[in-house]
Amino acid sequence: MLSNLPILSLSIWLPIIGGLWVVFAGSRRSANAMKVEALVISIAAFVLSLLLWRDFDNAIGAMQFVERLSWIAPFDIFYHLGVDGIALPLILLTTFTTVLIVLAGWEVITDRANQYMGAFLILEGLMIGVFSALDAVLFYVFWEAMLIPMFLIIGIWGGPRRVYATIKFFLYTFLGSVFMLVALLYLYQQTNDSFAIQDMHNVALGASEQKWIFIAFLLAFAVKVPMWPVHTWLPDAHVEAPTGGSVVLAAVMLKMGGYGFIRFSLPIAPDAAMAFDGLMIALSLIAVVYIGFVALAQEDMKKLIAYSSISHMGFVTLGFFICFQVFANTGNWNDAAMGIEGGMVQMISHGFISAALFLCVGVMYDRVHSRQIGDYGGVVNTMPRFAAFMMLFAMANAGLPGTSGFVGEFLVILTAFKASFWFAFFAATTLILGAAYTLWMYKRVIFGEVTNSAVQTLSDISTRETVILLALAIPVLILGLWPAPLLDMMHASIDLLIEHLSHSKTVL
Amino acid sequence: MQNLCLFIVLAPLVGAIVTGLFGRDVGRSGAHWIAIVSVGVSFFLSLLVFWQIVIRGDEPYNANLYTWLESGGIDLHVGFLIDELTATMMVVVTFVSWMVHIYTVGYMHDDPGYQRFFSYISLFTFSMLMLVMANNFMQLFFGWEAVGLVSYLLIGFWFKRDTAIYANLKAFLVNRVGDFGFLLGIAAVAMYFSSMDYVDVFAQAESMKDVRISIFAGHEWSLMTLICILLFVGAMGKSAQFPLHVWLPDSMEGPTPISALIHAATMVTAGIFMVARMSPLFETSTTALSFVLIIGAITAFFMGLLGLVQNDIKRVIAYSTLSQLGYMTVALGASAYSAAIFHLMTHAFFKALLFLAAGSVIIGMHHEQDMRRMGGLRKLMPITWITCLIGSFALIGLPGTAGFFSKDAIIEAVKASHTPGAIIGYYACLIGVFITALYSFRLVFLVFHGEPRMDDETRSHVHETPAVVWGPLVALAIPSVVIGAIAIEPMLFGDFFGRSIFVDPAHDVFAHMHENYHGILGFIWHGLFQAPFLLASGGVFVAWYLYLKRPDLPRRIAERTTLIHKILVNKYGLDTFNDWFFAGGTRGVGQALWRFGDVALIDGIMVDGSAKMIGWWAGVVRNIQSGYLYHYAFAMIIGLLALLAIFVHRLFG
Repeated sequence: MLSNLPILSLSIWLPIIGGLWVVFAGSRRSANAMKVEALVISIAAFVLSLLLWRDFDNAIGAMQFVERLSWIAPFDIFYHLGVDGIALPLILLTTFTTVLIVLAGWEVITDRANQYMGAFLILEGLMIGVFSALDAVLFYVFWEAMLIPMFLIIGIWGGPRRVYATIKFFLYTFLGSVFMLVALLYLYQQTNDSFAIQDMHNVALGASEQKWIFIAFLLAFAVKVPMWPVHTWLPDAHVEAPTGGSVVLAAVMLKMGGYGFIRFSLPIAPDAAMAFDGLMIALSLIAVVYIGFVALAQEDMKKLIAYSSISHMGFVTLGFFICFQVFANTGNWNDAAMGIEGGMVQMISHGFISAALFLCVGVMYDRVHSRQIGDYGGVVNTMPRFAAFMMLFAMANAGLPGTSGFVGEFLVILTAFKASFWFAFFAATTLILGAAYTLWMYKRVIFGEVTNSAVQTLSDISTRETVILLALAIPVLILGLWPAPLLDMMHASIDLLIEHLSHSKTVL
Repeated sequence: MQNLCLFIVLAPLVGAIVTGLFGRDVGRSGAHWIAIVSVGVSFFLSLLVFWQIVIRGDEPYNANLYTWLESGGIDLHVGFLIDELTATMMVVVTFVSWMVHIYTVGYMHDDPGYQRFFSYISLFTFSMLMLVMANNFMQLFFGWEAVGLVSYLLIGFWFKRDTAIYANLKAFLVNRVGDFGFLLGIAAVAMYFSSMDYVDVFAQAESMKDVRISIFAGHEWSLMTLICILLFVGAMGKSAQFPLHVWLPDSMEGPTPISALIHAATMVTAGIFMVARMSPLFETSTTALSFVLIIGAITAFFMGLLGLVQNDIKRVIAYSTLSQLGYMTVALGASAYSAAIFHLMTHAFFKALLFLAAGSVIIGMHHEQDMRRMGGLRKLMPITWITCLIGSFALIGLPGTAGFFSKDAIIEAVKASHTPGAIIGYYACLIGVFITALYSFRLVFLVFHGEPRMDDETRSHVHETPAVVWGPLVALAIPSVVIGAIAIEPMLFGDFFGRSIFVDPAHDVFAHMHENYHGILGFIWHGLFQAPFLLASGGVFVAWYLYLKRPDLPRRIAERTTLIHKILVNKYGLDTFNDWFFAGGTRGVGQALWRFGDVALIDGIMVDGSAKMIGWWAGVVRNIQSGYLYHYAFAMIIGLLALLAIFVHRLFG
């Protein structure tokens, strides 16, 4: 804000152009040099996002760092960027995760490493684009473009059933997005030919129009979150994806759905959101409880963590859509804000924790080449340092206070109680289920006597791996012990959102 | 005061971090010195705080340290509330912890995880202090879960043992069931009181007394009853009350020092502390108090019975702990919070002593825990014997010892209470005294008296443990004897707890007792002629008769009463039921939902099914486009005929 640099554009295009460079220049140069360059680019992008954070004004709820250029003039399409307190934490999460992914693939990816790193850098830029686009067409372009690198990452560096997984992943997410496009085009008409998302927020819409728009968005975002019952692509995608793919999928891409709800569904169609909130709450609670049970039955560690992700994302949607019933019950929008903020915190926290857990599985997979729980046992005997890290992340996943995993769940459960005792009751079962599936897995994998020769010969984590896990352990602990800065960043923007929710769009 | 509090909590945390992360660098002796000194600092500073608040009578200290987060109009803080109740708990926690730290030097001497162990117990001390020093519900829950985590880590300390890693998972999950209720209780407080700070919430409690809410349509519940019962469910997990007690006996898989520290003296009393802390809330609901009382009575009586049939020395003491926690809970239910905390304190000393003595026996016997292979250790381990005897006397309430005062106070209090169910509590506690004496002296006689039953090889190696082990025993034996006599007057009849405990005048059970109280000697003299002492003496006598005089009798009694014996040995079948119903059932539901819900229904029918459907349609349509001219010609003719038929039908029909 203080400088005149187009810092958002830099954050988007630096990794994209850098990524393309790494991909195309890579064949002529040594793999190592390309890895270093990829790392430098990812760190530079991270530093840029830190600058963004430094200059961000917590007191302003509206968009900051706005850039607006005409792009496709005949259709009033603009290259329009900006961030608020909702997008900024997600951008920070994205840039931070990418650095770790580059590091995590360092020695592990030997096949076309430069292309692998490049794909992630491009993906990073596109994801930042999604979080900062203020023009619906620009948003849609980033949103769909994001699928391409992810598709390639799973398809090229994935496991044996990668073709099934990629097609399922692609069809699901693509199918959902098409409906979103229709909704956006309709909104373009209603706003008198504007693709500006903020104009869409302010336009008056009839009750039934809102319902159609809400459903169209729901199809796009529910798949991404993913919500029950459109979640089954996720475990397959995770299982087949390389470690880095799983990390970015869990840490950032799942957040696209939550971000979509908060940026589009809620402010554009608040009356419809209120009309459908029973459905949304029910689906969220099913995610928490049903998926919690399903996670218990998993024998594949990645599948287990994938299901755990779905269950945790249930808290995000619960926190968002519970607001109307909370308001109806207490008459205070402040109470509702707590749920939305809880959902936001849950998104960020889940980004760190799920990334860490997938990296932990990756660490073991790199050594033993199995993800089956049954192939492990007694890992602590040969990898004590690793076991300590994984304990921390397992506990965070189980929502232990003092870790970030607690904060979001706590806020959402407190809010849910204000809507209904039973919502809180079902949501709180995660205390038991989450601990059960996470710690039971930990017990079977890490504790006990060494069960086989593969585990016997394991070597503890290297310095590189330690750095990665430590880099994730720190935010997990800081957010758990002092989440105030994260919440302070969001307050003003959430208040603005609440402003939209508290008025009916139909009477504007 | 703030700096003082910070030093008290941070010293053990620093100890935990240094010994945990840099254990290799500081070495074994470095680790134990760091840990012992840091907890020692905490102890002495806690004494200073105790002196300031309780003895000098300073105003309670209540201040926030920092804002954890602010959302939805509620500020959540980390802060300290230091009043008489907290100061008492701080001294008890740090003292027992300090003794256990010293003891550990001897007990864990040869263990490869030496530094890790010190790190864990220092971390525990930090967590427990955060729990008792909290000034709000969020931080209470924070400490609550943190002690649960350390308990989990320590029960599974010997992570190669299947039984240990089974026990720690079980402990964590059972506690989580309790926390489930606890968190809902906290959520209810947040909703109706719009604050998480104790002071704000307690101030409003009285005005919330008549609020009624509807949980099941058509049924109105008292809000305060609901909140109190939900909070108490948390206490049932942590303080191992029936039916969430099942984790505690298994927790004995952990090293003995932590059985003393965590699973006897401090952590398991967190639930008792919590209810006493929440006395302004519980006082508003007689229903909740009644619930508390009855759960306590069930625990006190039935868990004591189980102690009679255990052969593992630590498990006997574990069931004794369950039973004693039941006593404390009964006291809470009878609104005798001060008696509960009084018993909590005396119990912390003598139960820690008993566990450490048992540990000393276990070291002496080279890790033998079965009492059937002990006997006659009196002469070989005299200090352990004497201290264990002192602990047992305190436990059974020999007049004059610490346990006598606190247990009598509970029995008198529940006798005077008008809370519904008090009569059940009274008899449960009274008969419990007999049972306590029986299993306690069964242990003493089996271990220290009679004929040695171990083989000669073992016997020749048994010797008294080193000073670092018996030192703490002696240090704990002293308060086990004297603390009751010192504390009874101020704690029960005086102004010891000040305003930190609130009792509705209608529930006051000590007024009558106070009138009849004529000094300590009078209390002891009075006690000699009361039912509890007679029952305790009877228990000791029966133990003597069965295990020293006629050692053949117990087996014959067991044979005569097969059914009862079987029920007791199987712990009322609760473990089997839980494993089958809860653990097995949950896994079964998980499997079923996954196989039928996700795999068969969603993926099988909906996703892959629609993909197949499209494929099938494509196949059908492909058949039509065969590429043969006569197929197309044939189709055209059929079509023409059909159109013609419709046309004709319309025209002439």
